[in-house]
Amino acid sequence: MYLLNREQRHVINYTWMIISLLLVAFLPFLLFLGLYLKSVLLLHDYSLTDLIFSKTWKPSSGQFGFYPFIVGSVWVTLVAMLITAPVCLLTAIYVTQYTKKFVLRIMHPAIDILAGIPSVVYGLWGILVIVPFISKYLGPWMGVSTMGYSILAASFVLSIMIIPFVLNILIEIFRAIPMELKEATLSLGATEWQTIKNVLLKKALPGIIAAFGFGLARAFGETMAVLMVVGNVVRLPHSVFDPGYTLPALIANNYGEMLSIPKYDSALMFAALLLLAVSLFFNLVMHFFIVRYNKY
Amino acid sequence: MTRAQKTEEKFFKLLMIIATYFIFAVLALIIYSIFEKGIKAISWAMLTQIPQGGYYYGKEGGILNAILGSLSLAFGATVLAFVIGLPVALYLNVFLIRHKKVIDVIRFLLDLVWGIPSIVYGAFGFSLMIFFRLQTSLLAGILTVTLFILPIMIRSMDEILRTVPIGLQEAAYSLGSNKSEIAFKIFTRQSISGIITAILLSFGRAIGDAAAVLFTAGYTDHLPNGLLEPVATLPLSIFFQLSSPVPEVQNRAYASALVLTLIILIVSLFSRGIGKRYHKTKINF
Repeated sequence: MYLLNREQRHVINYTWMIISLLLVAFLPFLLFLGLYLKSVLLLHDYSLTDLIFSKTWKPSSGQFGFYPFIVGSVWVTLVAMLITAPVCLLTAIYVTQYTKKFVLRIMHPAIDILAGIPSVVYGLWGILVIVPFISKYLGPWMGVSTMGYSILAASFVLSIMIIPFVLNILIEIFRAIPMELKEATLSLGATEWQTIKNVLLKKALPGIIAAFGFGLARAFGETMAVLMVVGNVVRLPHSVFDPGYTLPALIANNYGEMLSIPKYDSALMFAALLLLAVSLFFNLVMHFFIVRYNKY
Repeated sequence: MTRAQKTEEKFFKLLMIIATYFIFAVLALIIYSIFEKGIKAISWAMLTQIPQGGYYYGKEGGILNAILGSLSLAFGATVLAFVIGLPVALYLNVFLIRHKKVIDVIRFLLDLVWGIPSIVYGAFGFSLMIFFRLQTSLLAGILTVTLFILPIMIRSMDEILRTVPIGLQEAAYSLGSNKSEIAFKIFTRQSISGIITAILLSFGRAIGDAAAVLFTAGYTDHLPNGLLEPVATLPLSIFFQLSSPVPEVQNRAYASALVLTLIILIVSLFSRGIGKRYHKTKINF
Protein backbone atom coordinates (compact mmCIF):
# COMPACT_ATOMS: atom_id res chain seq x y z
CA MET A 1 0.00 0.00 0.00
CA TYR A 2 2.80 2.42 0.88
CA LEU A 3 6.08 2.86 -0.93
CA LEU A 4 8.00 3.46 2.27
CA ASN A 5 7.73 1.79 5.64
CA ARG A 6 6.48 3.53 8.78
CA GLU A 7 9.90 4.58 10.05
CA GLN A 8 10.91 6.14 6.75
CA ARG A 9 7.63 8.01 6.47
CA HIS A 10 8.09 9.31 9.99
CA VAL A 11 11.56 10.60 9.16
CA ILE A 12 10.32 12.36 6.01
CA ASN A 13 7.39 13.97 7.78
CA TYR A 14 9.60 15.04 10.65
CA THR A 15 12.20 16.67 8.39
CA TRP A 16 9.47 18.44 6.47
CA MET A 17 8.10 19.84 9.72
CA ILE A 18 11.48 21.00 11.02
CA ILE A 19 12.45 22.70 7.77
CA SER A 20 9.13 24.55 7.61
CA LEU A 21 9.38 25.56 11.26
CA LEU A 22 12.89 26.93 10.84
CA LEU A 23 11.81 28.91 7.78
CA VAL A 24 8.92 30.46 9.65
CA ALA A 25 10.86 31.15 12.83
CA PHE A 26 13.61 32.97 10.94
CA LEU A 27 11.24 34.97 8.76
CA PRO A 28 11.20 38.17 10.85
CA PHE A 29 15.00 38.16 11.16
CA LEU A 30 15.32 37.42 7.45
CA LEU A 31 13.04 40.35 6.59
CA PHE A 32 15.00 42.67 8.85
CA LEU A 33 18.35 41.54 7.52
CA GLY A 34 17.28 41.75 3.87
CA LEU A 35 15.95 45.30 4.20
CA TYR A 36 18.90 46.40 6.35
CA LEU A 37 21.43 45.17 3.81
CA LYS A 38 19.66 47.16 1.10
CA SER A 39 19.43 50.37 3.11
CA VAL A 40 22.96 50.20 4.48
CA LEU A 41 24.13 52.13 1.41
CA LEU A 42 22.03 55.09 2.52
CA LEU A 43 22.89 54.75 6.20
CA HIS A 44 26.56 54.80 5.26
CA ASP A 45 26.32 58.30 3.74
CA TYR A 46 23.74 59.93 5.99
CA SER A 47 23.25 59.79 9.73
CA LEU A 48 20.06 58.27 11.08
CA THR A 49 18.92 61.51 12.73
CA ASP A 50 19.54 63.44 9.50
CA LEU A 51 17.35 61.04 7.56
CA ILE A 52 14.53 61.11 10.08
CA PHE A 53 14.48 64.83 10.91
CA SER A 54 15.48 66.47 7.65
CA LYS A 55 12.56 68.07 5.79
CA THR A 56 13.78 68.17 2.19
CA TRP A 57 12.93 65.29 -0.11
CA LYS A 58 14.77 65.67 -3.41
CA PRO A 59 16.10 62.27 -4.46
CA SER A 60 17.50 63.62 -7.75
CA SER A 61 19.87 65.93 -5.86
CA GLY A 62 20.59 63.37 -3.18
CA GLN A 63 18.48 64.85 -0.38
CA PHE A 64 16.52 62.26 1.53
CA GLY A 65 14.50 63.78 4.35
CA PHE A 66 11.87 61.41 5.70
CA TYR A 67 10.37 63.88 8.18
CA PRO A 68 7.30 64.89 6.08
CA PHE A 69 6.42 61.24 5.50
CA ILE A 70 6.86 60.27 9.12
CA VAL A 71 4.74 63.23 10.25
CA GLY A 72 2.10 62.36 7.64
CA SER A 73 1.99 58.74 8.80
CA VAL A 74 1.72 59.76 12.46
CA TRP A 75 -1.10 62.23 11.77
CA VAL A 76 -3.10 59.80 9.67
CA THR A 77 -2.69 57.02 12.23
CA LEU A 78 -3.52 59.11 15.29
CA VAL A 79 -6.61 60.74 13.78
CA ALA A 80 -7.79 57.29 12.64
CA MET A 81 -7.37 55.98 16.18
CA LEU A 82 -9.34 58.95 17.56
CA ILE A 83 -12.30 57.73 15.52
CA THR A 84 -11.83 53.98 15.94
CA ALA A 85 -11.06 53.85 19.65
CA PRO A 86 -14.33 55.23 21.08
CA VAL A 87 -16.50 53.52 18.45
CA CYS A 88 -14.95 50.11 19.10
CA LEU A 89 -14.90 50.46 22.88
CA LEU A 90 -18.56 51.52 23.06
CA THR A 91 -19.66 48.81 20.62
CA ALA A 92 -17.69 46.10 22.42
CA ILE A 93 -19.26 47.05 25.76
CA TYR A 94 -22.71 47.23 24.21
CA VAL A 95 -22.63 43.86 22.47
CA THR A 96 -21.04 42.01 25.36
CA GLN A 97 -22.86 43.58 28.33
CA TYR A 98 -26.20 44.97 27.26
CA THR A 99 -27.67 43.12 24.30
CA LYS A 100 -28.92 39.61 23.75
CA LYS A 101 -26.68 36.92 22.26
CA PHE A 102 -28.08 37.35 18.76
CA VAL A 103 -26.54 40.82 18.28
CA LEU A 104 -23.15 39.27 18.88
CA ARG A 105 -24.08 36.57 16.41
CA ILE A 106 -24.71 39.10 13.64
CA MET A 107 -21.74 41.22 14.74
CA HIS A 108 -19.27 38.45 13.95
CA PRO A 109 -20.13 38.07 10.24
CA ALA A 110 -20.14 41.87 9.94
CA ILE A 111 -16.63 41.99 11.43
CA ASP A 112 -15.54 39.18 9.08
CA ILE A 113 -16.79 41.04 6.03
CA LEU A 114 -15.19 44.32 7.11
CA ALA A 115 -11.91 42.49 7.67
CA GLY A 116 -12.17 40.72 4.32
CA ILE A 117 -12.77 43.74 2.10
CA PRO A 118 -9.48 44.43 0.27
CA SER A 119 -7.72 47.72 0.92
CA VAL A 120 -8.03 48.80 -2.72
CA VAL A 121 -11.81 48.54 -2.41
CA TYR A 122 -11.67 50.66 0.76
CA GLY A 123 -9.64 53.19 -1.20
CA LEU A 124 -12.19 53.17 -4.01
CA TRP A 125 -14.96 53.71 -1.49
CA GLY A 126 -12.99 56.58 -0.01
CA ILE A 127 -12.71 58.24 -3.42
CA LEU A 128 -16.40 57.66 -4.16
CA VAL A 129 -17.88 58.70 -0.83
CA ILE A 130 -15.47 60.24 1.69
CA VAL A 131 -13.45 62.56 -0.56
CA PRO A 132 -16.52 64.27 -2.13
CA PHE A 133 -18.16 64.45 1.31
CA ILE A 134 -15.16 66.33 2.72
CA SER A 135 -14.70 68.67 -0.23
CA LYS A 136 -18.40 69.48 -0.73
CA TYR A 137 -19.88 69.39 2.77
CA LEU A 138 -17.49 69.08 5.67
CA GLY A 139 -14.84 71.50 4.32
CA PRO A 140 -17.21 74.38 3.46
CA TRP A 141 -19.11 73.80 6.68
CA MET A 142 -15.93 74.16 8.70
CA GLY A 143 -14.93 77.16 6.61
CA VAL A 144 -11.90 75.62 4.88
CA SER A 145 -11.42 75.06 1.19
CA THR A 146 -10.09 71.57 0.56
CA MET A 147 -9.69 69.20 -2.36
CA GLY A 148 -11.05 66.38 -0.27
CA TYR A 149 -7.89 64.33 -0.75
CA SER A 150 -6.56 64.95 2.72
CA ILE A 151 -5.25 63.56 5.99
CA LEU A 152 -8.82 63.46 7.26
CA ALA A 153 -10.07 61.37 4.32
CA ALA A 154 -7.23 58.89 4.80
CA SER A 155 -7.85 58.75 8.54
CA PHE A 156 -11.52 58.10 8.10
CA VAL A 157 -11.03 55.28 5.60
CA LEU A 158 -8.29 53.86 7.79
CA SER A 159 -10.44 54.04 10.92
CA ILE A 160 -13.07 51.84 9.25
CA MET A 161 -10.41 49.39 8.07
CA ILE A 162 -9.00 48.78 11.55
CA ILE A 163 -12.40 48.48 13.27
CA PRO A 164 -12.55 44.69 12.73
CA PHE A 165 -9.11 44.11 14.31
CA VAL A 166 -9.67 46.30 17.33
CA LEU A 167 -13.28 45.28 17.88
CA ASN A 168 -12.47 41.58 17.68
CA ILE A 169 -9.82 41.83 20.38
CA LEU A 170 -12.02 44.03 22.58
CA ILE A 171 -14.97 41.64 22.38
CA GLU A 172 -12.68 38.74 23.34
CA ILE A 173 -11.36 40.73 26.28
CA PHE A 174 -14.77 41.70 27.62
CA ARG A 175 -16.07 38.17 27.24
CA ALA A 176 -13.10 36.79 29.17
CA ILE A 177 -13.97 38.80 32.28
CA PRO A 178 -15.61 36.39 34.74
CA MET A 179 -19.35 36.84 35.21
CA GLU A 180 -18.96 36.57 39.02
CA LEU A 181 -17.11 39.85 39.11
CA LYS A 182 -20.03 41.63 37.52
CA GLU A 183 -22.60 39.80 39.64
CA ALA A 184 -20.77 40.65 42.87
CA THR A 185 -20.74 44.35 42.01
CA LEU A 186 -24.38 44.34 40.95
CA SER A 187 -25.39 42.60 44.17
CA LEU A 188 -23.76 45.41 46.15
CA GLY A 189 -26.25 47.79 44.60
CA ALA A 190 -24.24 49.28 41.75
CA THR A 191 -26.05 49.96 38.52
CA GLU A 192 -25.00 48.31 35.30
CA TRP A 193 -23.18 51.40 34.05
CA GLN A 194 -21.41 51.91 37.40
CA THR A 195 -20.24 48.30 37.21
CA ILE A 196 -18.91 48.79 33.71
CA LYS A 197 -17.24 52.10 34.50
CA ASN A 198 -15.66 51.25 37.84
CA VAL A 199 -15.02 47.51 37.62
CA LEU A 200 -14.98 46.11 34.09
CA LEU A 201 -13.08 48.96 32.43
CA LYS A 202 -10.45 48.94 35.16
CA LYS A 203 -9.96 45.21 34.89
CA ALA A 204 -9.82 45.29 31.11
CA LEU A 205 -7.48 48.30 30.87
CA PRO A 206 -4.26 46.47 29.84
CA GLY A 207 -6.28 44.52 27.26
CA ILE A 208 -7.90 47.67 25.92
CA ILE A 209 -4.51 49.38 25.58
CA ALA A 210 -3.19 46.33 23.74
CA ALA A 211 -6.16 46.30 21.36
CA PHE A 212 -5.61 49.97 20.51
CA GLY A 213 -1.89 49.36 20.09
CA PHE A 214 -2.44 46.53 17.62
CA GLY A 215 -4.86 48.76 15.71
CA LEU A 216 -2.29 51.56 15.67
CA ALA A 217 0.39 49.27 14.24
CA ARG A 218 -2.02 48.05 11.55
CA ALA A 219 -2.99 51.58 10.61
CA PHE A 220 0.62 52.76 10.41
CA GLY A 221 1.51 50.23 7.73
CA GLU A 222 -1.64 50.38 5.62
CA THR A 223 -0.71 51.25 2.06
CA MET A 224 -3.14 51.21 -0.83
CA ALA A 225 -6.25 52.72 0.71
CA VAL A 226 -4.28 55.60 2.24
CA LEU A 227 -2.28 56.14 -0.93
CA MET A 228 -5.51 56.56 -2.90
CA VAL A 229 -7.08 59.28 -0.74
CA VAL A 230 -4.30 61.07 1.15
CA GLY A 231 -3.31 63.40 -1.70
CA ASN A 232 0.40 62.49 -1.89
CA VAL A 233 1.93 65.94 -1.47
CA VAL A 234 5.37 66.14 0.13
CA ARG A 235 4.72 68.94 2.62
CA LEU A 236 4.25 69.22 6.33
CA PRO A 237 0.48 69.25 6.95
CA HIS A 238 -0.94 72.11 9.04
CA SER A 239 -4.48 70.82 9.49
CA VAL A 240 -6.34 67.58 8.86
CA PHE A 241 -7.79 69.13 5.70
CA ASP A 242 -4.32 69.41 4.13
CA PRO A 243 -3.06 66.69 1.83
CA GLY A 244 -0.16 64.63 3.11
CA TYR A 245 2.09 61.73 2.28
CA THR A 246 2.77 58.58 4.28
CA LEU A 247 5.72 56.20 4.44
CA PRO A 248 3.95 53.21 2.84
CA ALA A 249 2.55 55.45 0.10
CA LEU A 250 6.08 56.72 -0.58
CA ILE A 251 7.31 53.18 -1.19
CA ALA A 252 4.33 52.16 -3.32
CA ASN A 253 4.32 55.28 -5.49
CA ASN A 254 7.97 55.28 -6.47
CA TYR A 255 8.87 51.68 -7.12
CA GLY A 256 8.90 52.33 -10.87
CA GLU A 257 11.55 55.01 -10.95
CA MET A 258 13.64 53.97 -8.02
CA LEU A 259 16.29 52.23 -10.05
CA SER A 260 17.04 55.25 -12.23
CA ILE A 261 18.26 57.56 -9.44
CA PRO A 262 21.28 56.63 -7.33
CA LYS A 263 20.50 55.58 -3.73
CA TYR A 264 16.76 55.98 -4.38
CA ASP A 265 16.08 52.25 -4.03
CA SER A 266 18.16 52.22 -0.89
CA ALA A 267 16.08 55.11 0.50
CA LEU A 268 12.82 53.27 -0.21
CA MET A 269 14.14 50.13 1.44
CA PHE A 270 15.07 52.29 4.43
CA ALA A 271 11.43 53.46 4.53
CA ALA A 272 10.33 49.80 4.53
CA LEU A 273 12.82 49.10 7.32
CA LEU A 274 11.34 51.96 9.37
CA LEU A 275 7.86 50.51 8.88
CA LEU A 276 9.06 47.07 9.90
CA ALA A 277 10.74 48.47 13.01
CA VAL A 278 7.63 50.41 14.05
CA SER A 279 5.40 47.38 13.48
CA LEU A 280 7.67 45.02 15.42
CA PHE A 281 8.09 47.51 18.25
CA PHE A 282 4.37 48.12 18.70
CA ASN A 283 3.47 44.45 18.52
CA LEU A 284 6.21 43.61 21.02
CA VAL A 285 5.06 46.17 23.56
CA MET A 286 1.38 45.29 23.15
CA HIS A 287 2.18 41.62 23.54
CA PHE A 288 3.43 42.32 27.05
CA PHE A 289 0.24 44.19 27.87
CA ILE A 290 -1.76 41.14 26.77
CA VAL A 291 0.46 38.81 28.82
CA ARG A 292 -0.07 41.06 31.83
CA TYR A 293 -3.79 41.06 31.22
CA ASN A 294 -3.93 37.26 31.07
CA LYS A 295 -2.07 36.98 34.37
CA TYR A 296 -4.76 38.72 36.39
CA MET B 1 -29.42 56.55 42.43
CA THR B 2 -29.42 60.26 41.80
CA ARG B 3 -30.82 61.97 38.76
CA ALA B 4 -27.34 62.78 37.44
CA GLN B 5 -26.31 59.15 37.59
CA LYS B 6 -29.40 58.12 35.72
CA THR B 7 -28.75 60.68 32.99
CA GLU B 8 -25.15 59.50 32.75
CA GLU B 9 -26.22 55.90 32.32
CA LYS B 10 -28.77 56.83 29.66
CA PHE B 11 -26.29 59.06 27.86
CA PHE B 12 -23.63 56.35 27.58
CA LYS B 13 -26.13 53.72 26.58
CA LEU B 14 -27.27 55.98 23.78
CA LEU B 15 -23.65 56.48 22.68
CA MET B 16 -23.14 52.71 22.63
CA ILE B 17 -26.19 52.17 20.49
CA ILE B 18 -25.04 54.87 18.09
CA ALA B 19 -21.56 53.32 17.85
CA THR B 20 -22.96 49.85 17.13
CA TYR B 21 -25.34 51.11 14.45
CA PHE B 22 -22.54 53.24 13.01
CA ILE B 23 -20.49 50.12 12.27
CA PHE B 24 -23.41 48.32 10.63
CA ALA B 25 -24.32 51.46 8.69
CA VAL B 26 -20.80 51.96 7.36
CA LEU B 27 -20.60 48.32 6.29
CA ALA B 28 -23.95 48.65 4.50
CA LEU B 29 -22.81 51.89 2.88
CA ILE B 30 -19.57 50.32 1.59
CA ILE B 31 -21.35 47.28 0.17
CA TYR B 32 -24.07 49.49 -1.31
CA SER B 33 -21.74 51.93 -3.04
CA ILE B 34 -19.56 49.15 -4.49
CA PHE B 35 -22.60 47.29 -5.84
CA GLU B 36 -24.41 50.39 -7.04
CA LYS B 37 -21.43 51.64 -9.08
CA GLY B 38 -20.24 48.19 -10.10
CA ILE B 39 -23.49 46.74 -11.42
CA LYS B 40 -23.96 49.71 -13.75
CA ALA B 41 -20.50 49.22 -15.21
CA ILE B 42 -20.21 45.46 -15.39
CA SER B 43 -20.84 43.55 -18.61
CA TRP B 44 -20.29 40.09 -20.05
CA ALA B 45 -17.50 41.38 -22.26
CA MET B 46 -15.64 42.70 -19.24
CA LEU B 47 -15.53 39.25 -17.67
CA THR B 48 -14.59 37.29 -20.77
CA GLN B 49 -12.16 39.46 -22.74
CA ILE B 50 -8.65 40.69 -22.27
CA PRO B 51 -7.77 44.36 -22.93
CA GLN B 52 -7.86 45.14 -26.65
CA GLY B 53 -5.97 47.96 -28.38
CA GLY B 54 -6.87 51.35 -26.88
CA TYR B 55 -8.48 49.73 -23.84
CA TYR B 56 -7.03 52.32 -21.53
CA TYR B 57 -8.66 55.10 -23.56
CA GLY B 58 -12.07 53.56 -23.19
CA LYS B 59 -12.09 51.13 -26.13
CA GLU B 60 -13.13 47.45 -26.19
CA GLY B 61 -11.89 44.84 -23.79
CA GLY B 62 -12.22 43.31 -20.36
CA ILE B 63 -10.38 42.27 -17.24
CA LEU B 64 -10.14 38.52 -17.80
CA ASN B 65 -6.35 38.84 -17.58
CA ALA B 66 -6.62 40.29 -14.07
CA ILE B 67 -9.27 37.82 -12.90
CA LEU B 68 -7.30 34.77 -14.02
CA GLY B 69 -4.04 36.33 -12.88
CA SER B 70 -5.35 37.00 -9.39
CA LEU B 71 -6.88 33.54 -9.11
CA SER B 72 -3.69 31.77 -10.18
CA LEU B 73 -1.54 33.94 -7.92
CA ALA B 74 -3.77 33.45 -4.88
CA PHE B 75 -4.12 29.73 -5.62
CA GLY B 76 -0.37 29.22 -5.94
CA ALA B 77 0.39 31.18 -2.80
CA THR B 78 -2.31 29.37 -0.80
CA VAL B 79 -1.03 25.93 -1.85
CA LEU B 80 2.55 26.87 -1.00
CA ALA B 81 1.58 28.42 2.33
CA PHE B 82 -0.44 25.30 3.15
CA VAL B 83 2.47 22.98 2.35
CA ILE B 84 4.73 24.99 4.66
CA GLY B 85 2.10 25.96 7.20
CA LEU B 86 0.35 22.68 8.02
CA PRO B 87 3.48 20.88 9.24
CA VAL B 88 4.40 23.84 11.43
CA ALA B 89 0.96 23.98 13.02
CA LEU B 90 1.02 20.20 13.56
CA TYR B 91 4.54 20.29 14.96
CA LEU B 92 3.50 22.88 17.53
CA ASN B 93 0.51 20.89 18.70
CA VAL B 94 1.83 17.32 18.57
CA PHE B 95 5.61 17.41 19.05
CA LEU B 96 5.92 20.45 21.27
CA ILE B 97 2.82 19.88 23.35
CA ARG B 98 4.91 19.31 26.52
CA HIS B 99 7.11 22.38 25.94
CA LYS B 100 4.76 25.27 26.65
CA LYS B 101 7.57 27.86 26.71
CA VAL B 102 8.78 26.95 23.21
CA ILE B 103 5.24 27.00 21.83
CA ASP B 104 4.68 30.42 23.37
CA VAL B 105 7.82 31.82 21.77
CA ILE B 106 6.89 30.46 18.32
CA ARG B 107 3.31 31.72 18.59
CA PHE B 108 4.67 35.10 19.63
CA LEU B 109 7.01 35.20 16.63
CA LEU B 110 4.11 34.30 14.34
CA ASP B 111 1.97 37.07 15.79
CA LEU B 112 4.83 39.52 15.23
CA VAL B 113 5.12 38.43 11.60
CA TRP B 114 1.34 38.64 11.18
CA GLY B 115 1.47 42.32 12.12
CA ILE B 116 4.06 43.30 9.53
CA PRO B 117 2.46 45.46 6.79
CA SER B 118 2.23 43.87 3.35
CA ILE B 119 4.20 46.69 1.71
CA VAL B 120 7.22 45.56 3.73
CA TYR B 121 6.86 42.07 2.27
CA GLY B 122 6.58 43.68 -1.15
CA ALA B 123 9.78 45.66 -0.63
CA PHE B 124 11.56 42.58 0.74
CA GLY B 125 10.42 40.49 -2.22
CA PHE B 126 11.62 43.20 -4.56
CA SER B 127 15.07 43.36 -2.98
CA LEU B 128 15.32 39.56 -3.23
CA MET B 129 14.35 39.75 -6.90
CA ILE B 130 17.09 42.27 -7.59
CA PHE B 131 19.57 40.13 -5.68
CA PHE B 132 18.73 37.06 -7.77
CA ARG B 133 18.36 39.16 -10.96
CA LEU B 134 14.77 38.04 -11.50
CA GLN B 135 12.11 39.90 -13.48
CA THR B 136 8.64 40.66 -12.14
CA SER B 137 6.76 37.41 -12.56
CA LEU B 138 3.97 35.20 -11.32
CA LEU B 139 6.53 33.16 -9.38
CA ALA B 140 7.96 36.20 -7.56
CA GLY B 141 4.40 37.31 -6.75
CA ILE B 142 3.47 33.88 -5.43
CA LEU B 143 6.58 33.68 -3.23
CA THR B 144 6.02 37.15 -1.75
CA VAL B 145 2.33 36.57 -1.08
CA THR B 146 3.17 33.18 0.46
CA LEU B 147 5.40 34.85 3.04
CA PHE B 148 2.64 37.35 3.71
CA ILE B 149 -0.17 34.80 4.28
CA LEU B 150 1.98 32.19 6.03
CA PRO B 151 1.45 33.55 9.58
CA ILE B 152 -2.30 33.89 8.95
CA MET B 153 -2.48 30.29 7.72
CA ILE B 154 -0.43 28.83 10.58
CA ARG B 155 -2.06 30.80 13.38
CA SER B 156 -5.61 30.01 12.27
CA MET B 157 -4.84 26.29 11.88
CA ASP B 158 -3.05 26.39 15.22
CA GLU B 159 -6.13 27.85 16.93
CA ILE B 160 -8.15 24.84 15.78
CA LEU B 161 -5.48 22.18 16.40
CA ARG B 162 -4.96 23.30 19.99
CA THR B 163 -8.57 22.42 20.76
CA VAL B 164 -7.97 18.73 19.94
CA PRO B 165 -8.26 16.99 23.30
CA ILE B 166 -5.11 15.45 24.79
CA GLY B 167 -7.06 12.22 25.41
CA LEU B 168 -7.26 11.56 21.69
CA GLN B 169 -3.50 11.80 21.45
CA GLU B 170 -3.01 9.46 24.41
CA ALA B 171 -5.45 6.93 22.97
CA ALA B 172 -3.53 6.92 19.68
CA TYR B 173 -0.20 6.43 21.48
CA SER B 174 -1.61 3.49 23.40
CA LEU B 175 -2.54 1.85 20.09
CA GLY B 176 1.05 2.16 18.91
CA SER B 177 0.97 5.20 16.61
CA ASN B 178 4.04 7.35 16.28
CA LYS B 179 4.00 11.13 16.46
CA SER B 180 3.87 11.93 12.75
CA GLU B 181 1.01 9.46 12.27
CA ILE B 182 -0.89 11.16 15.05
CA ALA B 183 -0.19 14.52 13.45
CA PHE B 184 -1.09 13.75 9.85
CA LYS B 185 -3.74 11.07 10.30
CA ILE B 186 -5.58 12.03 13.46
CA PHE B 187 -5.10 15.74 14.07
CA THR B 188 -5.74 16.74 10.45
CA ARG B 189 -8.86 14.59 10.26
CA GLN B 190 -10.19 15.85 13.57
CA SER B 191 -9.66 19.50 12.61
CA ILE B 192 -10.49 19.30 8.90
CA SER B 193 -13.18 21.99 9.03
CA GLY B 194 -10.87 24.44 10.77
CA ILE B 195 -8.09 23.69 8.33
CA ILE B 196 -10.35 24.39 5.36
CA THR B 197 -11.47 27.62 6.99
CA ALA B 198 -7.83 28.62 7.46
CA ILE B 199 -7.11 27.87 3.79
CA LEU B 200 -10.08 29.94 2.59
CA LEU B 201 -9.18 32.80 4.92
CA SER B 202 -5.64 32.86 3.56
CA PHE B 203 -6.94 32.68 0.00
CA GLY B 204 -9.12 35.72 0.64
CA ARG B 205 -6.15 37.63 2.03
CA ALA B 206 -3.94 36.59 -0.88
CA ILE B 207 -6.37 37.66 -3.57
CA GLY B 208 -7.17 41.02 -2.01
CA ASP B 209 -3.70 42.28 -1.30
CA ALA B 210 -2.15 44.81 -3.63
CA ALA B 211 0.89 46.17 -1.85
CA ALA B 212 2.81 42.88 -1.84
CA VAL B 213 2.29 42.21 -5.56
CA LEU B 214 2.86 45.79 -6.71
CA PHE B 215 6.63 45.31 -7.05
CA THR B 216 6.78 41.61 -7.61
CA ALA B 217 4.05 40.36 -9.93
CA GLY B 218 4.16 43.22 -12.43
CA TYR B 219 1.24 43.85 -14.77
CA THR B 220 0.35 42.65 -18.24
CA ASP B 221 -2.53 42.79 -20.71
CA HIS B 222 -2.09 39.13 -21.59
CA LEU B 223 -3.48 36.05 -19.92
CA PRO B 224 -1.09 34.46 -17.44
CA ASN B 225 1.16 31.99 -19.24
CA GLY B 226 4.00 30.49 -17.31
CA LEU B 227 5.47 31.09 -13.89
CA LEU B 228 8.23 33.36 -15.12
CA GLU B 229 5.98 35.83 -16.96
CA PRO B 230 4.48 38.92 -15.31
CA VAL B 231 0.84 38.63 -14.36
CA ALA B 232 -2.06 41.06 -13.90
CA THR B 233 -3.97 41.15 -10.62
CA LEU B 234 -7.43 42.47 -9.77
CA PRO B 235 -6.44 44.91 -7.00
CA LEU B 236 -3.83 46.49 -9.24
CA SER B 237 -6.24 46.64 -12.18
CA ILE B 238 -8.66 48.55 -9.95
CA PHE B 239 -5.88 50.86 -8.84
CA PHE B 240 -4.55 51.58 -12.33
CA GLN B 241 -7.94 52.02 -13.99
CA LEU B 242 -9.09 54.34 -11.23
CA SER B 243 -6.18 56.71 -11.76
CA SER B 244 -7.17 57.14 -15.43
CA PRO B 245 -8.88 60.42 -16.37
CA VAL B 246 -11.21 58.66 -18.86
CA PRO B 247 -14.66 58.03 -17.29
CA GLU B 248 -15.19 54.71 -19.15
CA VAL B 249 -11.99 53.36 -17.71
CA GLN B 250 -12.94 54.55 -14.23
CA ASN B 251 -16.26 52.74 -14.58
CA ARG B 252 -14.32 49.57 -15.32
CA ALA B 253 -12.49 50.05 -12.04
CA TYR B 254 -15.86 49.98 -10.28
CA ALA B 255 -16.76 46.78 -12.11
CA SER B 256 -13.41 45.22 -11.21
CA ALA B 257 -13.96 46.17 -7.56
CA LEU B 258 -17.37 44.48 -7.68
CA VAL B 259 -15.79 41.29 -9.08
CA LEU B 260 -13.09 41.28 -6.40
CA THR B 261 -15.58 41.96 -3.60
CA LEU B 262 -17.86 39.19 -4.86
CA ILE B 263 -15.02 36.68 -4.98
CA ILE B 264 -14.09 37.53 -1.40
CA LEU B 265 -17.69 37.43 -0.16
CA ILE B 266 -18.21 34.02 -1.79
CA VAL B 267 -15.00 32.66 -0.26
CA SER B 268 -15.98 33.88 3.20
CA LEU B 269 -19.51 32.47 2.82
CA PHE B 270 -18.04 29.09 1.85
CA SER B 271 -15.73 29.08 4.84
CA ARG B 272 -18.69 29.66 7.18
CA GLY B 273 -20.73 26.90 5.50
CA ILE B 274 -17.90 24.37 5.61
CA GLY B 275 -17.24 25.09 9.26
CA LYS B 276 -20.79 23.98 10.03
CA ARG B 277 -20.98 20.96 7.71
CA TYR B 278 -17.89 19.04 8.82
CA HIS B 279 -18.74 19.53 12.44
CA LYS B 280 -20.61 16.22 12.43
CA THR B 281 -17.63 13.98 11.63
CA LYS B 282 -15.74 15.16 14.68
CA ILE B 283 -15.12 12.79 17.57
CA ASN B 284 -16.50 14.35 20.71
CA PHE B 285 -15.18 13.63 24.15
